[in-house]
Amino acid sequence: MKRLHSDLSLLFVLGFFTLFSNVCSDLVISKLDRQIDLSSQIVRFTTSLKVENNGAEAVSKVLLPYPESQAKNLAFLSVTITEGKGKTKTSSDRLYVDVSHPEGMPPSLTWYAVSLPKEVSKGGSLTLEVKAVFTHLLTPFPEKITQADAQLVAFQDSAHYLSPYAVKIQSLTVKLPEPKVESYTRLENTKFSGSEIKYGPYENIPPFSLPTIVVHFVSNKPFSVAQELVREIEISHWGNVQVTENYNLVHAGAELKGEFSRLDYQARPHVRGASALSSLVARLPARAHSIYYRDEIGNISTSNVYSDSAKTLLEIEPRYPMFGGWRTAFTIGYGLPLQDFLFKSEGKRFLDITFGCPMNDIVIENLIVKVVLPEGSNDISVVAPFSIKETRETKLSHLDIAGRPVIVLEKTNVVPEHNQNFQVYYRFSSFSLLREPLMLVFGFFLFFIACIAYVHADFTISKSSPSYIAKLQWDEVQTAIQQFQNIMNRVLVIHNKLEASLRDLSRTGDVQACKAARKTADAFLKELTKESKPLLSFLQSSPQALQITPKVDELVIKERELQEKLMLKHSMVVDSYEKKSGGRDIDNRVAAVQQKITLLRQEVDDLLEVIDEI
Amino acid sequence: MAAQETSQSAIFRHAFGNVLSFTVLLLIGVMAFSIRLFSVIKYESVIHEFDPYFNYRVTQFLTKSGVYDFWNWFDDRTWYPLGRVIGGTVYPGLTLTAGTLWRILNSINIPLSVETVCVFTAPVFSAFASWATYLLTKEIKGAGAGLTAAALLAMVPSYISRSVAGSYDNEAVAIFALIFTFYLYIKTLNTGSLFYATLNAIAYFYMVCSWGGYTFIINLIPMHVLLCIVTGRYSPRLYIAYAPLVVLGTLLAALVPVVGFNAVMTSEHFASFLVFIIIHVVALVYYIKGILTPQMFKVAVTLVVSVGMVLCFAVLAVLIALVASSPTKGWSGRSLSLLDPTYASKYIPIIASVSEHQPPTWPSYFMDINVLAFLVPAGIIACFLPLSDASSFAVLYIVTSVYFSGVMVRLMLVLAPAACIMSGIALSEAFDVFTRSIKFHLVGTTQNPQENAGDATKVTQNDVKSEKSEDTVKERSSRKSKKKDKENIEKPSLVSRVEKRLLVLPLETSVMAVFLVVLLGAFYVVHCVWAAAEAYSAPSIVLTSRSHDGLHVFDDFREAYAWLSHNTEVDDKVASWWDYGYQTTAMANRTVIVDNNTWNNTHIATVGTALSSPEKAAWDIFNSLDVKYVLVVFGGLVGYPSDDINKFLWMVRIGGGVFPHIKEPDYLRDGQYRIDSQATPTMLNCLMYKLSYYRFVETDGRGYDKVRNTEIGKKHFKLNHFEEVFTTHHWMVRIYKLKSPRNRIRGKTKRSKSQKSGTSKRSTRKKNPWQ
Repeated sequence: MKRLHSDLSLLFVLGFFTLFSNVCSDLVISKLDRQIDLSSQIVRFTTSLKVENNGAEAVSKVLLPYPESQAKNLAFLSVTITEGKGKTKTSSDRLYVDVSHPEGMPPSLTWYAVSLPKEVSKGGSLTLEVKAVFTHLLTPFPEKITQADAQLVAFQDSAHYLSPYAVKIQSLTVKLPEPKVESYTRLENTKFSGSEIKYGPYENIPPFSLPTIVVHFVSNKPFSVAQELVREIEISHWGNVQVTENYNLVHAGAELKGEFSRLDYQARPHVRGASALSSLVARLPARAHSIYYRDEIGNISTSNVYSDSAKTLLEIEPRYPMFGGWRTAFTIGYGLPLQDFLFKSEGKRFLDITFGCPMNDIVIENLIVKVVLPEGSNDISVVAPFSIKETRETKLSHLDIAGRPVIVLEKTNVVPEHNQNFQVYYRFSSFSLLREPLMLVFGFFLFFIACIAYVHADFTISKSSPSYIAKLQWDEVQTAIQQFQNIMNRVLVIHNKLEASLRDLSRTGDVQACKAARKTADAFLKELTKESKPLLSFLQSSPQALQITPKVDELVIKERELQEKLMLKHSMVVDSYEKKSGGRDIDNRVAAVQQKITLLRQEVDDLLEVIDEI
Repeated sequence: MAAQETSQSAIFRHAFGNVLSFTVLLLIGVMAFSIRLFSVIKYESVIHEFDPYFNYRVTQFLTKSGVYDFWNWFDDRTWYPLGRVIGGTVYPGLTLTAGTLWRILNSINIPLSVETVCVFTAPVFSAFASWATYLLTKEIKGAGAGLTAAALLAMVPSYISRSVAGSYDNEAVAIFALIFTFYLYIKTLNTGSLFYATLNAIAYFYMVCSWGGYTFIINLIPMHVLLCIVTGRYSPRLYIAYAPLVVLGTLLAALVPVVGFNAVMTSEHFASFLVFIIIHVVALVYYIKGILTPQMFKVAVTLVVSVGMVLCFAVLAVLIALVASSPTKGWSGRSLSLLDPTYASKYIPIIASVSEHQPPTWPSYFMDINVLAFLVPAGIIACFLPLSDASSFAVLYIVTSVYFSGVMVRLMLVLAPAACIMSGIALSEAFDVFTRSIKFHLVGTTQNPQENAGDATKVTQNDVKSEKSEDTVKERSSRKSKKKDKENIEKPSLVSRVEKRLLVLPLETSVMAVFLVVLLGAFYVVHCVWAAAEAYSAPSIVLTSRSHDGLHVFDDFREAYAWLSHNTEVDDKVASWWDYGYQTTAMANRTVIVDNNTWNNTHIATVGTALSSPEKAAWDIFNSLDVKYVLVVFGGLVGYPSDDINKFLWMVRIGGGVFPHIKEPDYLRDGQYRIDSQATPTMLNCLMYKLSYYRFVETDGRGYDKVRNTEIGKKHFKLNHFEEVFTTHHWMVRIYKLKSPRNRIRGKTKRSKSQKSGTSKRSTRKKNPWQ
């Protein structure tokens, strides 16, 4: 409330100022209609003024002054020329508005000069519509309330339009969110009806006349203010535009004092917690997908998505209902199909996407929009409908080498009126798209090559070291043993064959075939013994084979024994067949030998296994 | 020509076998990773439970400030006003691992957040752990058993419970370190290579960095060494496996700040030193035996034994005196409770109050290791056929871990790998026998033609081989080609060997048995997937319940923490029971009085006393601790059973342990803990009761507590010294603010003075330091 008072005094001082300054212009505002919309925390002034040129010279500029207290909270200002009335009303494009410093004017005012598309000649007139959007103009009073109290806010302005020009007829309408007013300044011609307060019409008001009005009313809408919003728009030419928005939200209304009782809030949310912010609705573009809503400690489960062909509505609730003065921070993110937002023109690509945040009724004190272009983009330029501070960064992300160019756009005091599209133009060759996959392919290729090289290369440091030589010798011994084993195995196979031939004999009684088998087996065995001789001598001579040699020798002996017994058995059986003895008789004779054979066979197998394990 | 083809096909078959086992291992790794992702898919990618939040916070600090600041980190946001030296009291293995992972990923421009890295550390390391299991089991019983054991470990529920995505706790990496250390020990034991011995010491160092459970290793390995010596299995390989481990391992362990001189000062490590001495004595004896004649040796033995006995007694006496002079007999509380399962409940309520320090129940064995419990005995039998150094280690491992798991639920985790190894061996052996029998029967029917064919191949194989071996002799026979040769040779001799074995079962039996074993495995898989999906993937900070009208999400904890972090001053102190300390510091970034690192019993007792005191006394205690907010967890509205009222008796017990004016019987009516109208006045007037049930009666008009299933005893009351500042949506977390003291008025001070004198009289009796 202190600020309010100082502003008031300032305004009164201004009133005196005007007596001194002689307004140079010959313009006169013949009719002025002002509407102030206080239904939300964003205060919207809509002023339509009919400007007449009573002077001699043609005028190309119209001056719009705002007091300092308002100017510093001015978020958005647009001026259009309207023609016609009612339904036939047409409005032109937005006119160019610039800050100017006219001479002889009080310095505590901020002046905006509207450049008219064509000059207003003597006697001519035109209708301007000025739309000004302010933030932080409403002051909660009292500043602290309990959970049960309604939120009261105060608004102050002048009943007359602040203008360097004389105004013939003017009126003011103040629109309130609810028909509940604590108090309002009563001047002549003041009318309060419903949720509207009307001041005027007033006639022939001189320039800089400022009778102050103060409206103190109930506004239970939450004052959600994003102290900082960082929007990161990342373009992937693989088909996605990823938007990530980091909010830092505060309820800037009257602060909660005393207890917060969940019980009261749950029982009567509209009474106990009327001004609490319980949910927000983000209006995302159609075909938004992969939507998420989280904060730094994880997903927030209280959200809903409704989508149709025109839009996607994301309804989110903060983790807790936000009372005055409470803060929260969260992130929402979503993906958008690339073809809806990225276009081509004259060899350049351009991104066309909205600037502001997708939630209505949020004031953003500091908005940072980062557009991350794919690596290798160049020739970048930004086209925006209003002035924005622009800087550049690079961002290193997946598989980047040089980094992705990032355009950082900063703007303070952003309101929903700023939700206009802006464009980022850049050049990007389609080949760059393949760079990263190729890099991966090449990387894996190199890795496999390296593996192959490693497997085939010999990394021994010294070829003459004793351990290396010992290893070589050991390898030799091992190969020798393997060969020996191989021979042994083949010998055993021949043994098996002999046995098989005996079985055949018992089945067919063909002695000749059996004898032939015996002969070939003998030849084979002889050959194999010959073959094994050099191996054995090598093993005996090698120092590395000391441990194995006894086993090998044993094996050789056993095998020989086995062979002998087998031969014995064979010849016995063949003999008895030749003598035509009975089957049982043969069995009896052979039994002892057979027993020995199985025993020996067992031993040989065991020995083979032992050697195998070495 | 055809023969050459077959020999080549044998080489290919071998290569195929290698590739197959590699692929199988890779798939096991993928499975181990992905079975742990249920928590991310069903819930979200978030850190779980309590301790992981602390580890996450430490990792955040590490990545932000670097390693040196991490070692010197004095955390003033916890244990207020004492603070905690994090760098010196934390096992840094996990955080360093995740921090390094994060750094590597970021240095190659993969911008993952620290949280993501932390969440997925455990699944990644469980893949590593299953590979380590493969290596270990391969050393014990061959590759087949290795693969089976790896597959079993990849999905054993006990391990899953500790390593789902988000469960960012020490055990996640420690189990890998444990198995890998054992593998390197066995590898050294099998090869006698000093290289592996050094690696073993490094792996042990990593284990020491990661988890306090490293004492299990440093006691188990000496036990095994002793076992080997006693059973006459001493060999130089054993010496190489053990001696460097003790020397290097102890030196390295002492480098870890949290262990430091404990590595040589506490009794947990003494066994290893004792065995170190013994193995040297044994080595000396073997050496002397080698150079002396048998007679001389006998003389020497009698001489040494008589002198040695005297010396031993002297040393033993000194040791006992030293150990006896320290208050806990040189053992830390947790280790003591391992040896004496009843120790904790008798002496340390703070250890006993943690559910995971309780002995497990029988169903929990079935829940956590499932069919493995039945396969383990078979595995033990298989380990004795034949008994080798490695398999005796496996047997010892399973026996000790079964004992430890019987003491503490938490140590079920150590049992799980042992059970997997044993079951892997058992399953693999069973399959071996059954498939061999089947093969034998199938081969037996078509024996003759095969034999003929086999003969031809064998002869030519030999030619090929001799050529080859000549080549290798000329150049340098690589190990691989050698193996290939070996493999080829084994084939022909197989026939005879199969005939030799008498372990051949009838075809029908073995087919049936294989089918049953597969069925058993399938049951295990189903159970594991169920456990991973349903039982163990809840992050416990988000609760869900399914009812007839859909899924309910209870996200109250984070609601409260988010509220604290955004709507209180940065330096405000929040008091709560210690369970929520880690979460409060990590998620709300507020200073807490006590947390889950229960290092100061008195401090916890102070908070316990405050919560069990009447309002005014509690306010005094909290105010003296500079507390601004008090946080209680209350499940009565929605039926969340692990709330503060259910934990309250522990608070009373721990508080009463230090401040005798808090007496447990005061809170019990006839030995029963109740909060209904029968409850004692002390109970109904204590702060915990009041903060939990403040205005609770107004919700349904009668104050029906859904957890205790009764109406509360005292329904309408006001708080004089506390005010409710926040309650979450389901009332699960309630936050109260200490009211600032009233301005002093003359008359009142006098009265309070007179009151004070009254209380001081009482305090001399009750000895309450806060009054």
